[in-house]
Amino acid sequence: MNTTLLLVQALNGLQFGILLFLVAAGLTLVFGVMDFINLAHGVQYMLGAYLGATLAALTGSFWWGLLLTLPATLAFGLLLEFLVFRHLYERDHLSQVLATFGVILFLNQGVKAVFGTAPMQMPVPELLSGGVRIMDGLLYPTYRIAILVAGLATAGLLWFLVERTRVGMLVRAGATNAPMVSALGVDIRRLFMLVFGFGAMLAGFAGAMAAPILSVEPGMGDNLLILAFVVIVIGGIGSVRGAFIAALLVGLVETIGRSMMPDLMRLFLDPSAARQAGAAMASMLIYVVMAAILAFRPAGLFPVRR
Amino acid sequence: MKRPDVLIALAIFAALAAAPFIGFGQGYSLTLLARAMIFGMAAISLSLLVGGGGLVSLGHAAMLGVGAYAVVVLDHARITEAWMVVPVGIGAAALFALVTGAIAIRTSGVHFIMITLAFGQMAFFTTSSLALYGGDDGYTLYNRLEVFGSRALERGIVFHFTCLGLLIAVWALVRALLHSRFGRVLQAARDNETRARAVGFEPYPYRLAAYVIAGAIGGLSGVLLANAAEFVAPAYLAWQRSGDLLFMVILGGLSGPHGALMGALAFVLIEEWLAKLTEHWRLIFGPLLIFCVFFMRGGIAGLLRRG
Repeated sequence: MNTTLLLVQALNGLQFGILLFLVAAGLTLVFGVMDFINLAHGVQYMLGAYLGATLAALTGSFWWGLLLTLPATLAFGLLLEFLVFRHLYERDHLSQVLATFGVILFLNQGVKAVFGTAPMQMPVPELLSGGVRIMDGLLYPTYRIAILVAGLATAGLLWFLVERTRVGMLVRAGATNAPMVSALGVDIRRLFMLVFGFGAMLAGFAGAMAAPILSVEPGMGDNLLILAFVVIVIGGIGSVRGAFIAALLVGLVETIGRSMMPDLMRLFLDPSAARQAGAAMASMLIYVVMAAILAFRPAGLFPVRR
Repeated sequence: MKRPDVLIALAIFAALAAAPFIGFGQGYSLTLLARAMIFGMAAISLSLLVGGGGLVSLGHAAMLGVGAYAVVVLDHARITEAWMVVPVGIGAAALFALVTGAIAIRTSGVHFIMITLAFGQMAFFTTSSLALYGGDDGYTLYNRLEVFGSRALERGIVFHFTCLGLLIAVWALVRALLHSRFGRVLQAARDNETRARAVGFEPYPYRLAAYVIAGAIGGLSGVLLANAAEFVAPAYLAWQRSGDLLFMVILGGLSGPHGALMGALAFVLIEEWLAKLTEHWRLIFGPLLIFCVFFMRGGIAGLLRRG
């Protein structure tokens, strides 16, 4: 393991962390404001990727595809909210988990029925193809840098919206004490619809951006969803700042662990056993981190409530 | 009638006992029924947690997985004697439940759901990396368990009644537990933790004990599941399977182990029926789940009580 490789892995980790953040941001706000567990948030990411790939193919342009994905995923998120989620706010977490699990089953299968099981491809746009020389002998793909920049810009925008606008203030207040905000005359339901739609759009945006570098396939949202949950639990439920830091942490640990663990294991084991054990350790690492953090700080790193 | 839940359960057991003799004796039906009974045990164990303790675990499939992989490890070492394998499977799952439960039960509510999910994922990734046992592709057993060297379990009808006997034992155990002092404390802590503490009960050891017992029963059903299919794969531990188990419990109703039993049987039969109907059966199954959550509070057991 040399510095070049480590740098590449760190960049990959940051870029993965940024994507995770875009998914986790909506999740943590929905969770924080309405105390609502939405397992189906991962399928928004998947839909974003599918819609992005389809729309890009239809319009013949990556940019139009990305742009049209935003209103499409927003509309879909609001539709789901109207049809299913709004009937679950008063229910316990168990009901929410089950009903949104039903949404996952339906949409994963729906995507299979409509697009088939074969992975879809979305081409990298001409403008962002090729690579950038970061240092001697290190050419890093431009598109991945673009994801990093776009993600950071979105995170900045989100920070501004949440910390510096009136709506953001209400959202933060809602995350801290929703009944109180409601008692002060704010229509918490409408506020929630707004947060929900915006969160769905962010997840869709993340999916569409990730589509050119990942294979677009049914169920692609499920694993990311679980990592996003890890992120919001580590970061503290309802905290956007916590989600940002935790997302980068999880992205880095996951990516660097995946590349370094096999090498680390080789110190103790023979190569083939080390490769297997290393892969397993890398996948587990993030959950070990989460269990450790929860064992010592049950409310996460940046608890919002009280 | 004072104990309608016992009557319901006994009626189901009688139907399951009669099934092979009234036209469901072929291999295919027996396989399906064995699967339903095995998931019945798993669902009953989960209902002890969810219904009894208010502990919503989204990682219960891992318990089955640990039991199933205990069978795989021993099978690979050519140990297939039931008196060896079954205790090891149950013990391994109980140990896994003890270690993960000791951490998970420190949290509550949403965090408990998430941390059990996380432990389930750890177990899933561990099994999918076990290249010696097939990794992602899974592992085909050499043969089913032997009882004192006898291959009797290879016969569908013997396996059927073994599963039924164990199912009845699991049901009776969990029902007795819920009606015992232990179960009362568990339910008191579920309903009002502060009050339970105030009358002198620390919920933690009770919850942990329930978690370990549920894990042990889960391990038993994992051992049986591996033998029913004679095949084990990491998919047994996927978090979707934990979701399925939760659905079984809720579909049946939380009022007791008979609810989970009905839920599991209904789930497996509906799944089989829909899968025959169309390749895209989940398009019906997903909305069905949502429908149950919206309109069937109390589950099948609730419907029966009202009806």
